[in-house]
Amino acid sequence: MELLDIIKPENQVFCKTKLMTDTPLSYCPGCGHGTAHNLVMEVVDEMGIAADTIGVAPVGCSVLAYDFMNIDMTQAAHGRAPAVATGIIRTWPEKYVFTYQGDGDLAAIGTAETIHACNRGENIVIVFVNNGIYGMTGGQMAPTTLKGMRTSTSPYGRDIETMGSPIKMTELVANLPGVYYATRHAVHTHKHARKAKKALKKAFENTRLKKGLSFVEIVSNCNSGWKMTPNDSNDWMVDNMFPYFQLGDIKVNGKLK
Amino acid sequence: MAELKLMKGNEALAEAAIRVGVDAYFGYPITPQSEVIEYLMTERPEERTGMVVLQAESEIAAINMVYGAASSGKRVMTSSSSPGISLKLEGISYLAGAELPAVIVNVVRAGPGLGTIQPAQGDYYQAVKGGGHGDYKLYVLAPASVQEMSDFVEDAFAIAYKYRAPVLILSDGLIGQMMEKVTLKDQKERMTDEELINKYDDWATTGKTDRERNIITSLDLQPEKMEAKVNKLVKKYAKMEREDLRYERINCDDADYLFVAYGSSARIAQKAIELGREKGIKVGLLRPITLFPFPKQQLFELADQVKGILSVELSAGQMVDDVRLAVEHKVPVEHFGRTGGIIHTPEEIIEALEEKIIKNGIIRHHKTRESSIL
Repeated sequence: MELLDIIKPENQVFCKTKLMTDTPLSYCPGCGHGTAHNLVMEVVDEMGIAADTIGVAPVGCSVLAYDFMNIDMTQAAHGRAPAVATGIIRTWPEKYVFTYQGDGDLAAIGTAETIHACNRGENIVIVFVNNGIYGMTGGQMAPTTLKGMRTSTSPYGRDIETMGSPIKMTELVANLPGVYYATRHAVHTHKHARKAKKALKKAFENTRLKKGLSFVEIVSNCNSGWKMTPNDSNDWMVDNMFPYFQLGDIKVNGKLK
Repeated sequence: MAELKLMKGNEALAEAAIRVGVDAYFGYPITPQSEVIEYLMTERPEERTGMVVLQAESEIAAINMVYGAASSGKRVMTSSSSPGISLKLEGISYLAGAELPAVIVNVVRAGPGLGTIQPAQGDYYQAVKGGGHGDYKLYVLAPASVQEMSDFVEDAFAIAYKYRAPVLILSDGLIGQMMEKVTLKDQKERMTDEELINKYDDWATTGKTDRERNIITSLDLQPEKMEAKVNKLVKKYAKMEREDLRYERINCDDADYLFVAYGSSARIAQKAIELGREKGIKVGLLRPITLFPFPKQQLFELADQVKGILSVELSAGQMVDDVRLAVEHKVPVEHFGRTGGIIHTPEEIIEALEEKIIKNGIIRHHKTRESSIL
């Protein structure tokens, strides 16, 4: 078959959603952000809600999410995305508003904004990409950094005695009545990505039904920050991150599992 | 209907917010401005106009809610007092950097630190010299009456949308807490969502339709582009100076001496003018209504007429720097002000004029400025 035949629409089994721009991703090869971006945009596209969706980008590796997502987006100050999203959804209650945040942004500097947006049950979706490290600033310790994990600011490994334990944000916010859906996924295999997409779809459906806040965590790798090859980082994530940050639903339809 | 009422400054401001058709207010309680959010919560503006009022978990959250609503084109405001404004500065810098229209109100109390809850004007530097990080300025309106607390809400939004920039109303605990007559304007309709989208479709994040996507950000990692962004802001501020400077001249025409004072100090200085003139001292007042832009040229020209200038503020001496820069050493410029929440009396002001300017003016003019704070 000729190449031109292969790329004919009827022969395609998969194509990039038009809601992802053609701007080359700024993420390191092997990073999970690109897949996570794509899944969010696929869901928005398939639900036909792009014209009514407003995204809020964080500070962190995904600060430039607005370069890749072909929808209206606002870039928030570090950790403040849930407050920014609150400002939008309260004044545009019929819109779909989501934040896309990393662990430093959401679980450290933005803890207050996260907890209170969740507690108020803002009718938004929070997409939380957790790779246990500060990627953009060069691999420093995050609130989700695992015990003993080496980073540039925990060069001898995270010491629980002095730094506390890694925070399980999704379990934490699931206990707040305002949170309608809390779930944890991964995107390193097709199977996991499909599940994550299903969860994202449910989250945006919840917005449509005005059910309150949906919190979708995606446990991801940071091969650069972890100083591993992409494949090794995925293996390390499976062996070390998943036992602590267990995948699966934590709260569904307002009920804890 | 326009109506005459007796109101607190903070309440008049809150009522004006409803009447001029503000879409949302996000705030956090702090003395001496808590009446703003208390009044709004009591008035149920969601029923009167559909205005959203929300008590945030912190001043930081409140200013970022403002950022979110402003980024999607809504007319939005917040208010706080000094320590709370310090917390908002990150968000204010982002608003300026992302070129978002919003109104922020500071009902100033005495500092530094937790300070005290009584009135002060010690946030002048913070208001006009940036405050937050980076090369930005705020358009700053300084009300001197309850009427202006009411009127300046609409004026502030007009400027905020003219320039797509944050505007600060720099009030103080005295103006916020005192009661005066105020004429309230007629109720204006809030803009509908359709009107808003038509008007701000070239920048506001209201959802990408057939147009290019709108992005609100203050980030630009390319130095040349970032410099161009800063230059755009600089041009905006220059235009504010050309087109939207506001000030008031009181008894200046025959004045031998001049007070420069804004807000509550301007009120007290007016009484001091009466006392001075009874004593035969011909003194006038230049009241900056906008602190940025500052009436530099007007002061430069008045310096040719008067023998000396006393800058009067409830601070250890902040605006006096700008007065001196404007006057360019033509005549002596001194500062007088009380701090710690103490409000100066008209008598103290006249006494300060006599001591610091009239008696010692010529000699002090040539002295160094090191003792100027005292």
